[in-house]
Amino acid sequence: MARLVVLGGGVSGHTAATFAAKWLGSAHEVVVVTPNAKWNWIPSNIWVGVGQMTKEDVTFDLAPVYAKAGITYHQAKALGIHPEGNETSDKPYVVIESTKEGSAGETENVEYDYLINATGPKLNFGATPGLGEGSELGEHTVSVCTADHAVHAAHELDKCIEKMKAGERQKILIGTGHGMCTCQGAAFEYIFNIEHEVKKAGVRDMADIKWISNESFLGDFGVGGLHMKAMGFAVSSKIFAESLFAERDVDWIIGAHVNKVESGKIGYELLDGSMGEEEFDFSMLIPPFAGVGLKAINKAGEDITDTMFAPNGFLKVDANYGAGAYENWKASDWPSTYQNPTYGNVFACGIAFAPPHPISKPMSSPNGTPINPTPPRTGMPSGIMGKTVAHSICDRILKGEDAPLHKASMAEMGAACVASAGKGLFSGTAAAMTIYPVVPDFEKYPGTGRDTDYTFGEIGLAGHWIKHILHHLFIWKAKLKTGWTMIPE
Amino acid sequence: MSKYGEKNIKAYGNNFTTMTPGPVAKWMRTCVIFQFFRFIAINIKMLVVVSKSH
Repeated sequence: MARLVVLGGGVSGHTAATFAAKWLGSAHEVVVVTPNAKWNWIPSNIWVGVGQMTKEDVTFDLAPVYAKAGITYHQAKALGIHPEGNETSDKPYVVIESTKEGSAGETENVEYDYLINATGPKLNFGATPGLGEGSELGEHTVSVCTADHAVHAAHELDKCIEKMKAGERQKILIGTGHGMCTCQGAAFEYIFNIEHEVKKAGVRDMADIKWISNESFLGDFGVGGLHMKAMGFAVSSKIFAESLFAERDVDWIIGAHVNKVESGKIGYELLDGSMGEEEFDFSMLIPPFAGVGLKAINKAGEDITDTMFAPNGFLKVDANYGAGAYENWKASDWPSTYQNPTYGNVFACGIAFAPPHPISKPMSSPNGTPINPTPPRTGMPSGIMGKTVAHSICDRILKGEDAPLHKASMAEMGAACVASAGKGLFSGTAAAMTIYPVVPDFEKYPGTGRDTDYTFGEIGLAGHWIKHILHHLFIWKAKLKTGWTMIPE
Repeated sequence: MSKYGEKNIKAYGNNFTTMTPGPVAKWMRTCVIFQFFRFIAINIKMLVVVSKSH
């Protein structure tokens, strides 16, 4: 019997574990280690953050789902990987620490034959003074990164709307809280959902809504922007995004590294090196992401974290980490099998794998401060990677260690993205977009880097309907209900 | 019809160089009948991209 251990139960880890359990059957064991008791459909946290959904609408208990799937579930966080075993055994293992009530803090070694690192990110609030401490959100701003954060955000937004109703003008500032953030899309959705809710509350004229982000142009979204076919043109996402901001009367600051957060005020540095300050009454700033801080230890007990992990804490995979300057970047730099180059039975997927470099052009201020989005690895690509890695491992377990690995490079896969711009069955809108491929391939698609036959975007009610349906569809799939395998990632 | 999106343009401000939707484009976005057909079209497009990505 072989044992596959999956670290993390988010979109990527959950997809990998559930498909592996299905393909391997009861002859082999699948173990999931995740510190959370509940699964969270993160894209819908936006609606929790504006009070249009509850925490219960976007989460469910993992234990019964894993029991049904025959998956061994540890509510714990991984502390370290011992890929060579230890002095007494050659069997590789991970050290985990329980986060379950009643046994919290207890450690345990879990041996594995194959390991998938799908831990997702550490929300690195501590990277910006005042934004938070370590992975803990600070007191000055809100977040929609977790369901609990979103509940808190909705509560604070309610207070803000009440003040506007009482005649007090409010400044709302939404965006990224550091020069090296990703997930601009989540902030994009949140700002327009807030604008929609404020309008619904009848106090739009009392709100000054502003966007701040590390993108060098609006519509970069961490993928270097995209060109979409519209009205016979290949239209840049810059035009697409700026148009929506203008229409909704939302001003913006871009190319900004937020370097300080205080009560009611942030400080920032721009790409031109100038410094500025912006006041706010309500602010949601996405933190930068980092690896969760896993340690790697060899058989002799020596720390080999630098061998297995990139400096940002993400696991090294089959990417080209020596591509160098932007001019040398190629689509082929991006990993396709997600196998660790040092230990062939260790894989990473979702946010946990170390990307070879950003997708957006790297930029920095004259002061040397890097200000550019880091690459997104969430949503549909994350699920596809999880399934691909599970497929590879299952083949190796069932067919032998020489079975070829399956591939899913972000430079060869597309993504469908629906960014909500307001919730409502007949009044809601969303930007429905597809992008193909996620990582531009300028050799294959000269000019735009993408196939504009499969890269499009439009705003409308239909997008909102799709976003709402996807909410229910993906929770259905994650709960492993009838037909779940038929629902694509 | 009001010039819905134009009133927010600020002369030589951030948004002076972009395009804004006119009232017809704005109405089409929430026109249930039109959006029903867009719903079908977008779903087909997304399914094509999904199928090319697996």
